[in-house]
Parts: sequence; C-alpha cells; structure tokens
Amino acid sequence: MAAVAMRLPVARKAGGPSGPRGSEKHLVAPGDTITTDTGYMRGHGTYVAEERLIASVAGAVERVNKLVCVKALKTRYNGEVGDIVVGRITEVQQKRWKVETNSRLDSVLLLSSMNLPGGELRRRSAEDELAMRDYLQEGDLISAEVQSVFSDGAVSLHTRSLKYGKLGQGVLVQVSPSLVKRQKTHFHDLPCGASVILGNNGFIWIYPTPEQKDEEAGGFTTNLEPVPLSDREVISRLRNCIVALVTQKLMLFDTSILYCYEASLPHQIKDILKPEVMEEIVLETRQRLLDLEG
Amino acid sequence: EDLRVDGRGCEDYRCAEVETDVVSNTSGSARVKLGHTDILVGVKAEMGTPKLEKPDEGYLEFFVDCSANATPEFEGRGGEELGTEIANTLYRIFSSEGSVDLKSLCINPREHCWVLYVDVLLLECGGNLFDAISVAVKAALFNTRIPKVRVLEDEEGSKEIELSDDPYDCIRLNVDDVPCIVTLSKIGYRHVVDATLQEEACSLASLLISVTSKGALTCMKKVGKGSLDPESIFEMMETGKRVGKSLHTSLQKILNEEESLGTTRQKVGFLG
Repeated sequence: MAAVAMRLPVARKAGGPSGPRGSEKHLVAPGDTITTDTGYMRGHGTYVAEERLIASVAGAVERVNKLVCVKALKTRYNGEVGDIVVGRITEVQQKRWKVETNSRLDSVLLLSSMNLPGGELRRRSAEDELAMRDYLQEGDLISAEVQSVFSDGAVSLHTRSLKYGKLGQGVLVQVSPSLVKRQKTHFHDLPCGASVILGNNGFIWIYPTPEQKDEEAGGFTTNLEPVPLSDREVISRLRNCIVALVTQKLMLFDTSILYCYEASLPHQIKDILKPEVMEEIVLETRQRLLDLEG
Repeated sequence: EDLRVDGRGCEDYRCAEVETDVVSNTSGSARVKLGHTDILVGVKAEMGTPKLEKPDEGYLEFFVDCSANATPEFEGRGGEELGTEIANTLYRIFSSEGSVDLKSLCINPREHCWVLYVDVLLLECGGNLFDAISVAVKAALFNTRIPKVRVLEDEEGSKEIELSDDPYDCIRLNVDDVPCIVTLSKIGYRHVVDATLQEEACSLASLLISVTSKGALTCMKKVGKGSLDPESIFEMMETGKRVGKSLHTSLQKILNEEESLGTTRQKVGFLG
C-alpha cells in the first residue's frame, strides 16, 4: 500500500543541547574583527586591513599559538597534499582527465599519475593517450590522492596505488568538506557489512565490501553483478545515517557513522529521514561519543 | 525488490510539509516542502469579465516563476521554458470539466466574474516538481477566501458591486474534485513515484498522470526522451491511480487538521 506522509511544519528549535564544551567557540561572520593585536600570524580565512585582523569567511576562529585562522562550516574543498578524494570525471583531455571534486577549480588527473593495467612502469606513449577513454570516461567515479596543489589552488591527483582507481557500484553522498574528520585512513570496512570511503572533499562513497581482495592492478574493471538485497539495505541505512549526521552537523568519521547505524537499527530505513527520528538517533550517537571520550 | 537508495519503496513519497495562509496579502496561499523541493503558491481573486464562450463561469490563470534561488540554471531567463511547461500542464489539468466549480465564480453572467490568478513560485528544486506544485495548488485553492459581493441595480440600470463589510464573510472553493499530479519515472524495468534529483537523472522517460480523489484519471502526459512500452504504461497508470488516491486522502486530512487548529495554529512561515 502506498504511503504518503504529510505533516504540518514545526519550527526548528534553536541550537539543541550540545553537552559540556571546553570553551565557547568564537564565531565570526565575514567582516568581523577577530583581534586588533598585531602579534598574530594570519591563517586561512583571514586578512589584515587597517591593522586589524578581519575574517573573510563565516565560521569559528581557531588559534594555534600565534596562528589565527577561521574554519568555515560550508566551503568548497581546499586541497591539501595527501588528502583522499572521491571525484567524478568531467572531461577527457589530451594527456589528462579533469575531475570534479567540489573545489573552486576542476582537479587534474594526469595520465602519468595513473597506474597502467598490469603494473607496468614505462613512459606513456601516444597509444596510451588514445586509449585513455577506455580507462576512464566522463561520468566515472574515482578515488585518488592529492599529489600536489597548483599555485591557483587547483589540485593534481594521482592513483598510484592499488587501493585507488575507478569505483564500481555504490552510493555517493555529498556533504560539506568541513564535516569530514581528518584521520589516518579514510577507507573503512564497517562491521555492518559495507565499506565506506570518506573523501576529504566531502564526497562519501558507500559500497558493498568485496569478498576477496582483487589482485588486479589499478582497479579498472568494474563489477556489474547485481548487489544482493541485504547489502543494499545496509548501504541505504548507512546513507540515511550519514544524511542525518550531516543535517545535525556532526563530524563524520568511522566511529560516529557506526554508532549512528547502531542507533538507527530499531527504525525502518525510510523513517530515518523523518526530523524527529533523525534528532533522536543523532542525540544517542552524540551521547555515546561523549561517553567514549570521557 | 522495492528498495530505493534512501530506503523508500517504489511507491513511497518523501516526507512532505504543508502549510497554508503563509502570504498575508493574497486570497489564499500554501507552501509545500517535499524533501528538498520547496514550492510557494499564492492565489489572488480579482474581478474580470467572463470569457466569451463561457459567459456564466469564472476562470483560473496560472503563472509559474522559477526563482533563481532554486538552481543556478534558472538565472535570468533560464527558468522560463520550464515555467511555461508547468503552466501549460496546469492549464490542461484544470481545463477538464468538474475540477473546479467555475459557475460559483460567476457574479453577473456576461459581465462580471471572479478570476483566480494562481502564482506558483519555485523556491528550491529537489526533484518531483509537478507533484509538489499540484499539491500546493490544491492546498492554496482550499485556503482561498473570496469575498462575497452583491450586485445592486440602479434606477438607470447601471450595476454597482457592493462588498460585504464583514471581512470574514467569504465563499470558499470546493476542492474535492481538484486533481493532483502523480509523476511516475521509469528507471530500468521498474517505475518509481516521487523521484529525487539523482533518480530523475537516471530515468529516461516519465509519465505525468492527474488523478482525482476518487481515483479517476483526468489527464496524462509523457515527458522525457526515452520511450515507454504500452504494457508498462498500463502498469504505471494503475500505480498512479492507487498512489493518487492515498495522496489525496493524506492531503485532505492535513488540510482539515490545519483548519481545525484555527487561530491557535502557530504560523511557521519562512523563518521557522
């Protein structure tokens, strides 16, 4: 029987209970003065004008010794060397691919930064250039690592490892890059039966855990077999949990996603997106995370 | 297997929020939020002359504005094409006899009638525009209050229109037969109701069906560049009728609930 749930709108509650925090965050809007003390070094999100340090983005001020920077809540992705990103191919050019990674400029994946199938090490020839489209086409999703950042802020990617490459079947969730916590590893195999790649650029890829680790180099072949229903249910549930965490502005890392998944088990998958269920689940997750810390 | 990316079944709608009477200087208004799709409809009742071929009826005029807030593609004149397509669909649906009682909008045959100007504003595009717009139009028409007028005849024969002094003395429209649109998008071999933006990108063809609360199909339109098999069209029609009926019942329930709250209702509006 079809289910159509309609409801009357409810006013949002202003700033829910956030638990004990060390100190109140210093929130600024663009144009706000952070400090008039000239002894500080200015970091990202700030600029100096008339001997005052002024914020250029809206966010929280972070101070590390003498460095002052403003971390914005909703930004485009700013590349750092060593970040893992998940991106979508937008163009196939002469010796490179243009990848969309939710940053200000399209990222670049050079042909020379890509592993050849079979793991050969040789200079890329004209035939390799012509065969580029066989490897990656427009619309493909890849996981890659940031190799370097150009002076204009564009990011250069590489897939020089077996764990990077073209992504097969799964679900993509797009969130703000500031909500993805920086960790040692961004590839997680969750015990609930799915794997997740937390891209630093805010693209999160959820996919069914492959049974055996493929030995093929580069990972260019995609497995197009139908995914079983149980795996799909786990993936849908994880996707809804991540959306719930993002709506309540909680940092995303493997433990928070796992706790949220466990808190959501009593509910049906499609109910997780209801506002009251979302709040309940995230509150429980927050509680468990605080217990873990404290 | 009836499982979509967000856990819904093929015939499930996203959670919808409906609120009426959000714009104070209209005769009726409604705002509908279906997932990420946000629609605002305002209805203004003005006096006009009846159309020549229908001298004892009023009529409705539709205008759809795709705000540039919705997507960057709507900047400037980008949203005009979509807007005219939606407006033409609304004209087609409401042109069927019996959807709205147009005779009740007549004041003086051949001389005066009420014209209802229905303005639809797209605030955010999150997939499934037509369904949300039709639900919002129905809710706004339910909320419309047209002032009662009396026509007085002078000795010379000139007619004068008198508005009643009581601001609450008004006529309401009967929206029981107003149809709602159900969009069925074909993805692969199955069809889904209420597609999100990602699902719409995957579907090559969709069927727009307008269904009344009794489950009668009044109008049908195929959109998209793909093709539809006649067998699947029949299946989609059956699904559409079923889903349409439940859509109407829940919409009517929520409108009655809102009405019963009366003045105690807290208006959320846009800053809630």
